[in-house]
Amino acid sequence: MAAASFTAAKFLAPVAARSGGERAPPLPAGASSSSFARALRRGGAHHPRLRTALAVSSDVLAGNKAQAAAAHPAVTREEALELYEDMVLGRVFEDMCAQMYYRGKMFGFVHLYNGQEAVSTGFIKLLNQADCVVSTYRDHVHALSKGVPARSVMAELFGKATGCCRGQGGSMHMFSAPHNLLGGFAFIGEGIPVATGAAFAAKYRHEVLKQSGPDGLDVTLAFFGDGTCNNGQFFECLNMAQLWKLPIVFVVENNLWAIGMSHLRATSDPEIYKKGPAFGMPGVHVDGMDVLKVREVAKEAIERARRGEGPTLVECETYRFRGHSLADPDELRKPGKNYFPISALLH
Amino acid sequence: MATASSLRAAVPATAPCAGLRSTSAASSVRVAPAARGGRGRLVAKADAPSSATASKSDGHELLLFEALREALIEEMKLDPTVCVFGEDVGHYGGSYKVTKGLADMFGDLRVLDTPIAENSFTGMGVGAGMKGLRPVVEGMNMGFLLLAYNQISNNCGMLHYTSGGQFKIPLVIRGPGGVGRQLGAEHSQRLESYFQSIPGLQMVACSTPYNAKGLMKAAIRSENPVVLFEHVLLYNLKEKIPDEEYVLCLEEAEMVRPGEHVTILTYSRMRYHVMQAAKTLVNKGYDPEVIDIRSLKPFDLHTIGNSIKKTHRVLIVEECMRTGGIGASLRSAIIDNFWDYLDAPIMCLSSQDVPTPYASTLEDATVVQPAQIVAAVEQICQ
Repeated sequence: MAAASFTAAKFLAPVAARSGGERAPPLPAGASSSSFARALRRGGAHHPRLRTALAVSSDVLAGNKAQAAAAHPAVTREEALELYEDMVLGRVFEDMCAQMYYRGKMFGFVHLYNGQEAVSTGFIKLLNQADCVVSTYRDHVHALSKGVPARSVMAELFGKATGCCRGQGGSMHMFSAPHNLLGGFAFIGEGIPVATGAAFAAKYRHEVLKQSGPDGLDVTLAFFGDGTCNNGQFFECLNMAQLWKLPIVFVVENNLWAIGMSHLRATSDPEIYKKGPAFGMPGVHVDGMDVLKVREVAKEAIERARRGEGPTLVECETYRFRGHSLADPDELRKPGKNYFPISALLH
Repeated sequence: MATASSLRAAVPATAPCAGLRSTSAASSVRVAPAARGGRGRLVAKADAPSSATASKSDGHELLLFEALREALIEEMKLDPTVCVFGEDVGHYGGSYKVTKGLADMFGDLRVLDTPIAENSFTGMGVGAGMKGLRPVVEGMNMGFLLLAYNQISNNCGMLHYTSGGQFKIPLVIRGPGGVGRQLGAEHSQRLESYFQSIPGLQMVACSTPYNAKGLMKAAIRSENPVVLFEHVLLYNLKEKIPDEEYVLCLEEAEMVRPGEHVTILTYSRMRYHVMQAAKTLVNKGYDPEVIDIRSLKPFDLHTIGNSIKKTHRVLIVEECMRTGGIGASLRSAIIDNFWDYLDAPIMCLSSQDVPTPYASTLEDATVVQPAQIVAAVEQICQ
C-alpha cells in the first residue's frame, strides 16, 4: 500500500477554501536553486545565520514506491525487520492498554500512540544508549522504542512497584535512567526545556569536562505535538538551542489535533517546519506515516547534531487513530485518511 | 527530611546534621564566637570537632554579595560540573555582582548568559541536572521566577519522585527577593510563601555574609533542589568571615541572641529589624531569644523546640505576606509539636496583604517595623 506523500500545499488548501481568499504561495520545496533562498542569501549577507537557514519542505522520497525502494538500498532486511518489530510492539502494546483500561484495570489519563508508530521507530531506533529521549504524556511507545522493557512499562501503568518508576509516575511520567528516557511530562511544552538542558549537558561534557563519545556529541530528541508549537517554551527553546548549537532534534508529531482543537483553528501559520528557519535552524517537513522517510530525515538531523552543527526542527505529519486519550469521546475528527504506517512498511 | 507541617512524631530528637560530615575537602568548621564578634554566638553542637572551635587566622572582611561569589568560585573550582545560568550573569557580572569575573575565570559555557526566558532556562537547569551537571540558576529578581513556576513546581520539585527515584535534580535556584527601597510592587515580592508547598523543594534564606557563603556551598553540594533566598537590601552587609573553608547545614537554624523571656523567630532582612527592637527591649528589661530560622523548608524544629521549652512564648517576625506565609506554616508546626509548652498564643507579625506601594512611607507601612516588634513582645510577656 502506498503511503501518499504530504506537502505543505495540503495544509494550505483547507484554509484558503474557508477564507475564500488567496494566500501567499508556500516556500518552494528544495532550497539552493529557489529565488527565495537566493534572496535569503543576498539579504542575509550581514546575518550569517540567516544565510544558512533553509526551509526544506520535503518529501524525502518521491511518492513513487519503486523509486523509494531504489533510493534506499541501505535499509537491509535485518533493519527493516527491526523497524517492523518495534512498530508492531508499539501498536500491540497500546491496544492492550486500551483493553485493560476499558476493563477497569488501568486508570487515570492514558494517551495512546496508535497510528504514530513510524515517528517513534523512525527516530529512536537510530539512537545510542547514551542519547536521550524526552517525550510528553503520549510516551509509552517512545519508552518501548528506547528499549525500556514492555513489562516494565506495563507494570508502571498498573501502578506496580515493579514498574519503571515504581508505580509513582504512571502513564504520563515514564522515566528510565539506564535508557536515558528523561520523561514523560503531563503539561505540554514543559519537557522541551528539560531536553534542551540534556543537550546542553552533552555539549558541556564535551567542551568543559573533555569527555567525548566516539561518535561525537550525545544527541537528545524532544518529541511533542502540534498544540505545543503554539506554546512559549517551544519558541524559547528553539532560540536557545540554536544560539548555543545544542545537539538536539525537535520532533513535532503533528497529528493535526490537540484534543478537540484542530491545528488549523489554533495556529496562525500552520506550517510548523517553517518556524525553524525563523530561529536560524533547518526546518524539515516529512510524512510521518512512512517510517523509511522519517528515518531518512532523522538520520541527517541526528548526524547534524552529533557533529555539533546544532538543532533541527522536524515536523512529522502523522495521525492518531484513537482519541486524545482513552477518556476522549473524540467526536470532532473525521478520519478520511487511509494510511497505515505498519502495513506500508510491509510493502 | 521533616516538613513544616510534620506531626508530633516526626520532630527530630537530635539536631539537624548531627553525625553528618561534609563531603570532600571541607571540614565542617564551627566558628568560635570571637571570630564572629558581637552578640552572635553559635550554639555548640555535640558533634562539632573540638579542634575546630578556634579559627587560626583572623578571617577576612567582605560584603554579602562577595561572600556568595566566594562560595560560587570555591565550588566551581572544586567541582567542574557546577555551572551558572541566568540573565547577565556572565559578561555583565551579575545584576548584583554575585557572579562578577566568573565568566573570565570559567568561560561562557560554565557561566551561561541566558536570554530572557526564565521558564525555559530553569527547565534547562533541571534537564542538565538530570544528566550530571549541578546548575545554579539565578533569577535576576526572585519575582521573575514566577515565570518559571511550571518548571520549579512540576519538574524541579517532582521529577525525583515521579521517576521513582531514578533522577536527582541537584539544582540551586537563587536570587534577590524581598521588599527593597521603592522598587515597586512587582520587584518586591516574597516567593518563599508561594514555593513552600511545592513537594520536593528545599528552601533556605541567608542573612549574613557568613551564612550566605556557608548556605550557598551547602546548597550546591546538596543532591536536592534548593532555593536560596537572598535579599536585595542585604547585599552590602559587611562581616568578617573565616579564611578556612566551611559549609553550613541547610536544615539548621541560627541562634542570634540567646535569651529567657520570649522566642523570636525570624529570617532574612527582618532579623535586623528584630535585633534593632531587641536593643530597645533590653533597655526595657526584657531578654528576648532571637533565632534566625534560615531553613524555611524544612523548619529546624529541634532548635526552635528547645527554645520554646525554655521561654514558653513565641513571636514570629517575617517579611512575607500574612496569608499563606512562612509564619502561618511555622505557627502550625509549633502548635502541632509544642502546644503544651506555650504560655501565650503564638504571635506572628507579617507584611500586609497588599501589593508593595511605591511611596516610601506607604512601603514602610506594609513591612514590619521595630516599634511593632517591641510592642508585640511587651504584649506577649504581660
